[in-house]
Amino acid sequence: MLALYRYDEFDRKFLEGRVAQYRDQVRRRLAGQLSEDEFRSLRLMNGLYLQLHAYMLRISIPYGTLSSAKLRGLAEVARRWDQGYGHFTTRQNIQFNWIRLEDTPDILAHLATVELHGIQTSGNSFRNITTDPFAGVASDEIEDPRPYCEIVRQWAALHPEFSFLPRKFKIAISAAGEDRAAVMIHDLGLYLRRNDQGEIGFTVAVGGGLGRTPILAQTVRDFVPRRDVLAYITACLRVYNQYGRRDNLFKSRIKILVQSLGIEKYRQEVETEFAAMGDEREALALPDEAVAAMQAQFAPPAYADAAGDKAALLAAIAAEPEFARWVERNIRPHKQPGYSIVVISLKPPGRPTGDCSATQMNAIADLADAVSAGEIRVTHDQNLVLPYVRQGALYDLWLRLGAAGLATPNIGLASDIICCPGLDYCSLAAARSIPIAQALAMHLAKREAEIGPLQIKISGCINACGHHHVGHIGILGLEKNGAESYQITVGGSDNAQAALGGIVGPAVAAHEVTATVDRLIDAYLRLRHEGEQFPDTYRRVGLAPFKEAHFVAR
Amino acid sequence: MLDRDGSFRPDAWRHLADDEAPAAGEAVTVSFKRWQAEPERWSDRTGPLGLRLPNDVPPAAFGPAATRFALIALNFPRFIDGRAYSQARLLRGRFGFKGELRAAGNVLRDQLLFMVRCGFDSFEVDADRARAEDWPQAFREFEQFYQPAADRGEPILRQRLRSWPTAAE
Repeated sequence: MLALYRYDEFDRKFLEGRVAQYRDQVRRRLAGQLSEDEFRSLRLMNGLYLQLHAYMLRISIPYGTLSSAKLRGLAEVARRWDQGYGHFTTRQNIQFNWIRLEDTPDILAHLATVELHGIQTSGNSFRNITTDPFAGVASDEIEDPRPYCEIVRQWAALHPEFSFLPRKFKIAISAAGEDRAAVMIHDLGLYLRRNDQGEIGFTVAVGGGLGRTPILAQTVRDFVPRRDVLAYITACLRVYNQYGRRDNLFKSRIKILVQSLGIEKYRQEVETEFAAMGDEREALALPDEAVAAMQAQFAPPAYADAAGDKAALLAAIAAEPEFARWVERNIRPHKQPGYSIVVISLKPPGRPTGDCSATQMNAIADLADAVSAGEIRVTHDQNLVLPYVRQGALYDLWLRLGAAGLATPNIGLASDIICCPGLDYCSLAAARSIPIAQALAMHLAKREAEIGPLQIKISGCINACGHHHVGHIGILGLEKNGAESYQITVGGSDNAQAALGGIVGPAVAAHEVTATVDRLIDAYLRLRHEGEQFPDTYRRVGLAPFKEAHFVAR
Repeated sequence: MLDRDGSFRPDAWRHLADDEAPAAGEAVTVSFKRWQAEPERWSDRTGPLGLRLPNDVPPAAFGPAATRFALIALNFPRFIDGRAYSQARLLRGRFGFKGELRAAGNVLRDQLLFMVRCGFDSFEVDADRARAEDWPQAFREFEQFYQPAADRGEPILRQRLRSWPTAAE
């Protein structure tokens, strides 16, 4: 049985209702009853954007969890209605870049059959709830965060009060020691905690975000009991909906409200609202039975006694250096003895990052059925995960992934770059990002073993979809006097010690990016102490040596 | 005027400009500014009184006075400006407003259901367009919802407790 949420009769009817509603909206638009301005907000609420060359359809992958059936459903969309591929995003979603408006109702109807949709993947409301891609299998987690993600997802779906917020609203939930969900750069972040009495609750942080004003989230309350978490979030949103700015698109995110009020004043408003909720708090309360019922939906698959698998794995590692390298780089520790978490790289150097063909999606779905309880995860750094692989199955899996072009051994390394679609697709972009990532990955792949863990993140404009501010090395595409140029930052980090990178100097031309990054990496390798990663070294030595390296590079 | 039951009806209220006097016993709405200037004058008057509330007035400040009115019209200056949804929720849920709650301004078909769920009763719409495009159908597009709001029914999560397995089966 699948270890993930299964739609019931209500969910199915709700989604069918949504598809019918959207089909009618498209009909009214094509019949001229709706102006483009009126239709725009409707199509955006279903994830349909108008890009440079065509419509782009963004499909929600709630908390990055897919079944093999869902992945095959996505492959079918790529094959039938797009150019044979899709692009996984930093919100753990997927985008199709070559869509015709007239086809979108059929696409969404098709996706509804595999319990997928585009609801609220755009527009000024709740976006996809994201979480740790290793949820439920990570060895350092308190509880699987996904039951809470699903509860929040349902609460947020077509929310009557919060569908016209000042701006988009992104929520992330983390339940592990290490924050693998970049919670601190979210409009609202929840860290699952256990208090001294052993009760489960959440630290609520608000006001993080990147874009042209990068800010890390601040704590509103240290511990909200899980029973009250929906009510508390409602209070957070209600304050934002009333007081968030609506006069200026660039100042309308909650981070600006929190900055202008100050966290104390914002907290006071939220606490006042929360204290006054009364009946509404009761209506939103999560009784233990409700949580238990949702947790039962995510009960892990039946694990085999795989303790004996280790020997076979070690033998294969000893016999096959390339396999050993892949294991070293793409496998993460699993909480179940004898099992591993496998990360599938969607970053073969030279290819657009995060792209996956329909053929590859189908191959991964088959592999998930064979070795991973039919489940796949999407990571916010645009890779895929098979979460339940017996160690005895790893060698065969590696061979089959290799045959599909999916065995690139570079997870967490220099060529595992996060990159937005940039000016090749996006109407907001100021510069191309894909060719920059391709050139960098091709070059750095040769020395990434020496470099070790390194996160390079590239955005094609200040909206920062590529999270450049929190990259160990961040690259921001700009348009200067009609030419593309790139501003480089160093020392950012998106984990629990999240930090924004520092700007190393004036922007450089496209053809100078690789050489400049190379020099910055040289400086890092020269300066780093044993056991340090880039942000550690940066914290210790500061910006100056990197400024110098950047200057020399020019 | 469109009603939450899907029917169209003429507006029974006269919306006074700030320098206009009401006739005796007439159903009128006044601006928030005008009411705020002399609240006693309006509460002493006989005849139904309605209020037009701008969307930047915090309900916490105004809410306790809400029950004095037979109608409150909340404003959507542009349909993307969703502040009045929160005002509606609070007037209904927090401050016990039982009168007619009306949506005024840039009210579009695809927002109607959200508005009903937040507690609105009536909608100032272009009746010709609304009839031609069958806006009343918008109220019937969904039967049930995930989250609790000002309208009917218990949230789906609670309903499910009765049908879901509580242990992995």
